[in-house]
Amino acid sequence: MLKFIVKRILWALVTIWAIISITFIIMHSIPGDPFAREGSMPEAVYQNLRSFYNLDEPLYVQYGLYLKQIAQFDFGPSLKSNTLTVNDYIANGFPVSLQLGAQALILAVCLGLILGVIAAVNRNKWPDYFAMVLAIIGISVPSFILATFLINFLAVEWRLFPVATWQTMKHTVLPTISLAMLPMAYIARLMRSSMLEVLNQDYMITAKSKGLNKGFILIKYGLRNAILPVVTVLGIITANLVTGSFIVEHIFGVPGIGELFVKGIFNRDYPVILGSTIFYSIILIFLILIVDIAYTWIDPRIKVTGESK
Amino acid sequence: MANKIQLTEDLFTPVTDNFKDAEKIARPSVSYWRDTWRRLKENKLAMFGLVLIIILAIMAIIGPYISGYSYFEQDFTRKNLRPNAEHWFGTDTSGRDLFTRAWYGARISLFIGLMAATIDFVIGIIYGGVSAIRGGRIDNFMMRLAEVLFSIPYLLMVILMMIVLERGIWPIIIAMTITGWIPMARLVRGQVLQLKELDYVHAANAMGAPTSWKLRKHMIPNTMGPILVNITLTVPTAIFAEATLSFLGLGIPAPQASWGTMASDSLSSILVGNFYQLAIPALLISITMFAFNVFGDGLRDALDPKLRN
Repeated sequence: MLKFIVKRILWALVTIWAIISITFIIMHSIPGDPFAREGSMPEAVYQNLRSFYNLDEPLYVQYGLYLKQIAQFDFGPSLKSNTLTVNDYIANGFPVSLQLGAQALILAVCLGLILGVIAAVNRNKWPDYFAMVLAIIGISVPSFILATFLINFLAVEWRLFPVATWQTMKHTVLPTISLAMLPMAYIARLMRSSMLEVLNQDYMITAKSKGLNKGFILIKYGLRNAILPVVTVLGIITANLVTGSFIVEHIFGVPGIGELFVKGIFNRDYPVILGSTIFYSIILIFLILIVDIAYTWIDPRIKVTGESK
Repeated sequence: MANKIQLTEDLFTPVTDNFKDAEKIARPSVSYWRDTWRRLKENKLAMFGLVLIIILAIMAIIGPYISGYSYFEQDFTRKNLRPNAEHWFGTDTSGRDLFTRAWYGARISLFIGLMAATIDFVIGIIYGGVSAIRGGRIDNFMMRLAEVLFSIPYLLMVILMMIVLERGIWPIIIAMTITGWIPMARLVRGQVLQLKELDYVHAANAMGAPTSWKLRKHMIPNTMGPILVNITLTVPTAIFAEATLSFLGLGIPAPQASWGTMASDSLSSILVGNFYQLAIPALLISITMFAFNVFGDGLRDALDPKLRN
């Protein structure tokens, strides 16, 4: 077990290094100069700026300096702000994104599991059709469309919720729903098919013939076994939430890392883009690592041989 | 030699036609694909998806010519018209006919989706095939490389690439396929590895079948199913990614239109009550995603009846 964990952590570090290198290469293959847009400036100022950002060094030196910087969790200064560094931006945005992401994840997992179980138990009856129609809508409607529809009807027309910004709990409702819909649909479908499989197992029939309480069987034997595939995809679902979040945050004006990333794109603020990309990737890889380790804990039948397929 | 068999002349009459029929195969032979098609036809939802895809494809081809307006023609005397007899889907803030733009957008969105799926397919099948057939250290290295690339969230990678590349249809397709081929490569590799160990492939090997025969008769027909499903489900992913890119302002440059740019352009118009401008591209995106998703699901069930719940 320990060997497995150490191996996974090492592998995660390699992956993070690769991501940093790829983003570094991408950012440095952008044609033009970050300061070219600033208009005319004295040659000396320009040279000073270049040397301040180490742009006058050869590429491999810049790469080395950048790796060293990232290793110290320093993402450098923002090109567009005189006072704030990328670290400041991330520190300001992360709690907001974390809250939004956690709310959406909880909503998606709870609703998805409930819908999936209801659909499986009432197979080919109207609750099943209802749950699956909801799931298909969740998969077919991109989050930015869902978000704009929610704003149009619930916020602009009926005035139930605020249109945008991030202040009270009420402000978090619409962004959370927009973000949670896709993973919820995904979980519901997965849970339905997994639950259907479990319901046909011999131990379920045995439990039923012993005369155990129906709800007890469903939770103790059904849910516990059927939930395993859902745990495996939690990593992918979190990735979905992360990439979904910058659209949703942008639409609702939520001051999180997603909005920071989108603004970085609009402003061509490369350190911000790089920093938030790497930050996202580290968080994601860390989460997937936890899910992997948790999976072997939850299901003792899985033998850890240290060799993942 | 006591009881000698009596062989008389009448034992050796020619076989009658009646007798020949016993050897005949009464029903037409049902091939794998015909069987799949039969099961697919029974799935009403999947057939509905297929019909929608065909209608969308036809409209993408002929739609832009029906109304007589071009997609870029601006007429400021007729802007923000609601759907009416002259402009079936109304006009946008620049007085452009939304009916033409919607189907012109369909052309671009579907083209991007199909091209991305095709390129993913070609790269994936080569990469995965080589990896599986070579095996050993090469396989290990190739798969590890794919794994690292794959751990970067798809949409994040696409956005990063779009920052570097110019804007246009082909850059979008390149950005999407740069890591988009990985799921396909993994799928192909898994399939080929599985097939390599199957008895009929061993039998073919033992009988000295040439590689081309094995590929044509065993490998390709038996891997085609899951690959086809993967292609069908790649198309909506690509359309979704394109819509999101366009929504972030990294998509198709004006005056060309895709559904994503149309939705993005009309975002401000919902606040002044012109909701239809957003609803049209939003509905079209959702219908397309829905059609490809249900068709892909149906295809998967039809190809492998064991999976069906």
